[in-house]
Amino acid sequence: MSDALFEYALRMGDNCLILGHRVSEWCGHSPVLEEDIALANTALDLIGQTQLWLGLAGEIEGKGRSADDLAFLRDARAFRNLLLVERPNVDFAHTLVREVLFDVWHFHTLGALKGSSDARVAAIAEKALKEVSYHLQRSADLTVRLGDGTQESHDKMQAALNALWPYVGEMFLQDEVDAELADSGVGPALGVVKPLWDGDMRRLLDQATLKWPDISHVQKGGKDGVHTEALGYVLADMQFLQRAYPGAKW
Amino acid sequence: MYAQLVKTDADRVKSIDEMDPQERTFQQRIDDNQKIEPKDWMPEGYRKTLVRQIGQHAHSEIVGQLPEGNWITRAPTLERKAILLAKVQDEAGHGLYLYCAAETLGISRDKMMDQLHAGKSKYSSIFNYPTLTWADIGAVGWLVDGAAIMNQVQLQRCSYGPYSRAMVRICKEESFHQRQGYDIMMKLCQGTPEQKEMAQDALNRWWWPSLMMFGPPDADSVHSAQSMAWKIKQATNDDLRQRFVDQTVPQAEYLGLKVPDPDVKWNEEKGGYDYGEVDWDEFYEVLKGNGPCNAERMHDRVKAWEDGAWVREGLVAHADKMAARAAATPVAAE
Ligand SMILES: [Fe+2]
Ligand SMILES: [Fe+2]
Ligand SMILES: [Fe+2]
Repeated sequence: MSDALFEYALRMGDNCLILGHRVSEWCGHSPVLEEDIALANTALDLIGQTQLWLGLAGEIEGKGRSADDLAFLRDARAFRNLLLVERPNVDFAHTLVREVLFDVWHFHTLGALKGSSDARVAAIAEKALKEVSYHLQRSADLTVRLGDGTQESHDKMQAALNALWPYVGEMFLQDEVDAELADSGVGPALGVVKPLWDGDMRRLLDQATLKWPDISHVQKGGKDGVHTEALGYVLADMQFLQRAYPGAKW
Repeated sequence: MYAQLVKTDADRVKSIDEMDPQERTFQQRIDDNQKIEPKDWMPEGYRKTLVRQIGQHAHSEIVGQLPEGNWITRAPTLERKAILLAKVQDEAGHGLYLYCAAETLGISRDKMMDQLHAGKSKYSSIFNYPTLTWADIGAVGWLVDGAAIMNQVQLQRCSYGPYSRAMVRICKEESFHQRQGYDIMMKLCQGTPEQKEMAQDALNRWWWPSLMMFGPPDADSVHSAQSMAWKIKQATNDDLRQRFVDQTVPQAEYLGLKVPDPDVKWNEEKGGYDYGEVDWDEFYEVLKGNGPCNAERMHDRVKAWEDGAWVREGLVAHADKMAARAAATPVAAE
C-alpha cells in the first residue's frame, strides 16, 4: 500500500507542480491585467498544493527526501504528471483549455479524495478542493465566454480543444496503483471520475458552443514517467539553481 | 521614483492672491489637509499632473512584473517560488488599484495602455535593468521595493483621495515585498562563498539604479514646487533619496555586503550618510529608451497586449450577446 500511495502522491504533486510552472510562465504577459492576477493566483495555489502532495510523498517514502528534493532533484523519467499539464502554453486558448480539461478532473478527483480512508490524503484534498473549485469556476466561465464570443475566439478555442483532446484519455486510464488505492479506500473508486467529467464537459462545451472533438486516440505515458519532449525543458528551467549549486540553501 | 519626472504644466507656482476665487478655495482646502475627491472642482493642471503621475506609477507596477517574473520558473525552492508568485501577483494588483484611481480623473485604462505602448507615458527607469541571477530577485525586493516604500509612505498623505487610499492599501503589501527580498539576501550571505559573491554582485548592479528611482535633484524645480504646493508630493527627491541611503547602508553592513560607493560615509553633523554623485547621464539615457532592457520590456508589453486582443474582444462580444439576449427575453411571470 505504501508504495502505491507514494506513487499516487507523486502523481498528484507532479500534476500541480508542472501545471503551476506552465501557468506561471504567463506572468506579466497575459491579455488583460485581471488575468495576470488570476493566473498568478492559480499558479500560487498549485505550488502550495505541490508542497503538500510531495511533502506527503517524501514522508511515505521515509528516505528523508523533502518536497523540494522531489521537485528539484528528479529527472524527467521519475516525474509522474499527466502529459496534458506539461503541454506548452502556445496561446491563451491552449492555456485555458488545458486548464479547464484538468480542472474538471481535478475537482472530481479531489472530491472523491476528501472521503479518503487516509486522513492525510483527506486533509490535503479538502484544502485543495476549496482552491480548485475556484479554478474551475474561472476556467469554465472563461471557456463559455470565449467559446461563445467572436468567431475568432470561438475558432481559437475549438482549435486548442482539438489539439489537446488526445491528452484527455490519460486522466482516466487506471493501473495497479489506482486499483490498489481504490481497494483500500485511500483513492477514488475505479471509474467514478470519468462519468462526472463527461457530464460536466458535455454541458460546458454545449454552453460554450464548442464541438466535442471526434478524436479517439490517446497519448499516454506520463503516469509511468514516459513524457513528451516538453518536460525536459520545463525541468531544465525549474531545476537550474539546485543543479548548478548542489547542496546550497536558499 | 515610480513617477520620476512628472511635469505640472506650471511655469511658476501662483501665490494665493493671484488665484481666482475657485482656485483659492481649492488651495485653501489643500492647505487645510482636506482630501480632494473625484467630483470636486480642481484646476486642470492638478488633474493632468495626477493623471501623469498615477499613470506612470501604474505602468511601473505592470512593467515591474517582467524582471521578477523572469525568475519565477527558476526560483530555487517551492517556498521561494510561492513567495515570488504572491509578490508579483500583488504588483499586478497595485497596477489595478492605480489604474482605477486614475480613471476617477476621467481617463480610461485603455487610453493609458495606448500611451504606454506608444512610448508617450513612462514607467520607472529601474525596470529597464536586467535580473541576471537569483540574487537580483533579493536585491530588487530589498532595494527597489525599499525605495518604493520610501516614496509611497509619503504618498499616503497625497491630497487626492483615491490616490492616497490606493497608497494605503499598497503600502501594507510593500513591506512584505521588501522583507522577502532582504530575506533572500540574508540566506545568500549566510550561504556558500559563491552565493555571497552573487549577493554582492547584485548589490553592485542595483545600488545606483535604485538611487536613480527617486529622480534627479528637484529642489529648484518648478514642477516639484507646484506638486508640493498641491500636496501631491510631500518631500523632495533628494530628501527621499537621503532617507533611503540612511536606511539601507546599515542593512548592507548587517548583511556583510559593501555598498559600491567609496564616498559613503557617516556625517555626524547632518545625522545621515554622505554619498557620491549619481550618474544622471545614465539615468537620462535609460529614460530616453537606451537602458539595457527598454526594448525587451516594451516589446513584451506590446506583444502581450496585441496577442491578447482577441481575448478582450471575445469577452466584450460575449457580454454584448448576453445583454442582447437578456433584453430579448420577456421578464418571466411569477
Ligand atoms: Fe513595486
Ligand atoms: Fe507595488
Ligand atoms: Fe512591491
